[in-house]
Amino acid sequence: MIIKVVLIAGIALAAALMMRGPAHRQLALRRMFGISIAAMGVAAVAWPDLTTRAANLVGVGRGTDLVLYLAVLAFSFLSMALYQRIARLESNITQLTRELALTTPPQQTTDTLATSGQVTRSA
Amino acid sequence: MHATTSPVPGTRFGPEVCVLVPMYNEVTVVGSVIEELLQHFSHVVCVDDGSTDGSSAVARQAGARVLRHPVNLGAGAAMRTGFEYVLRDPRVQVAVTCDADGQHRVVDAVRLAQRALVGDVDVVLGSRFLADSNTSVPGARRLLLKAATVFTRLTTRLDITDTHNGLRAFGRRAVECTDVTLRGMAHASQVLAAIPEHGLSYVEEPVHIAYTEYSLGKGQRGLNAFNILCDLAVHQMRIAR
Repeated sequence: MIIKVVLIAGIALAAALMMRGPAHRQLALRRMFGISIAAMGVAAVAWPDLTTRAANLVGVGRGTDLVLYLAVLAFSFLSMALYQRIARLESNITQLTRELALTTPPQQTTDTLATSGQVTRSA
Repeated sequence: MHATTSPVPGTRFGPEVCVLVPMYNEVTVVGSVIEELLQHFSHVVCVDDGSTDGSSAVARQAGARVLRHPVNLGAGAAMRTGFEYVLRDPRVQVAVTCDADGQHRVVDAVRLAQRALVGDVDVVLGSRFLADSNTSVPGARRLLLKAATVFTRLTTRLDITDTHNGLRAFGRRAVECTDVTLRGMAHASQVLAAIPEHGLSYVEEPVHIAYTEYSLGKGQRGLNAFNILCDLAVHQMRIAR
């Protein structure tokens, strides 16, 4: 069937891209996890009965439903992980920006203008 | 306590009082705000939160020391940068925060600074709802501010009448323990939360707010109150954890 070819090619591509992904603290673990997920995906596409059997084992009627539930779970965790990562990045940017603002020397110091009393503006 | 604290209209504070003016795209008004402040304060620091309209140059030209965020981070972050600056300047005893849009009066800032310099309270809060304030707050704005006040009074248990007033004076100890981590507008309440948390003393002073078309246009829209609420709720949960 054509759909099987398309899906398996897609999974293979995603897995290949993940292999080249950025350096990570637990790169080996991450790769192993990715490979096993991809393998399960390929298996599920090649032999659709597998998902239904697995679903029946855990008390779900259809394999499709089980896949959907797992996908929703995965999506939630992924979103939370990304959210936390973005929050961490934002906090880093804030600290960097603040440090930059505080350490950049001003073109004019307050003291020279302040002691001259009246300040005129020509803007 | 200090010779400079006599309540004479011509008073001009030295470096011991630092006025912090957080600013974001206020090019049309910030110049005059700073010029007015400089008549009574020699130490005016403008925190430019990544303005793209040339506010920085105008503020500098008007005579303020300008700290510039290269990117926009939000009002809370700008305030924190100002506090951080104050903590690195050992001369500063009192930090006064003042909005850049011209809604505050310099005489009120002077009064708050004098009150804070006395040294018996850590935080002096401006309030537009005290009897002597003479401010007529527009209807919708009044409702929003009242709701915010009720909410903050409940969460912080402070007995105050105006929780979202930009004009405030902080003694050095208050600056040290006020940890503004929220970047957006919820910082106004977060600053207040630090008061009971660190056992700071506080007092309210009546201040007048000039509701100009400009400041109303820039100000918090009604829907933003909901955002402030959410930010605070999330923050409370983080504290509880």
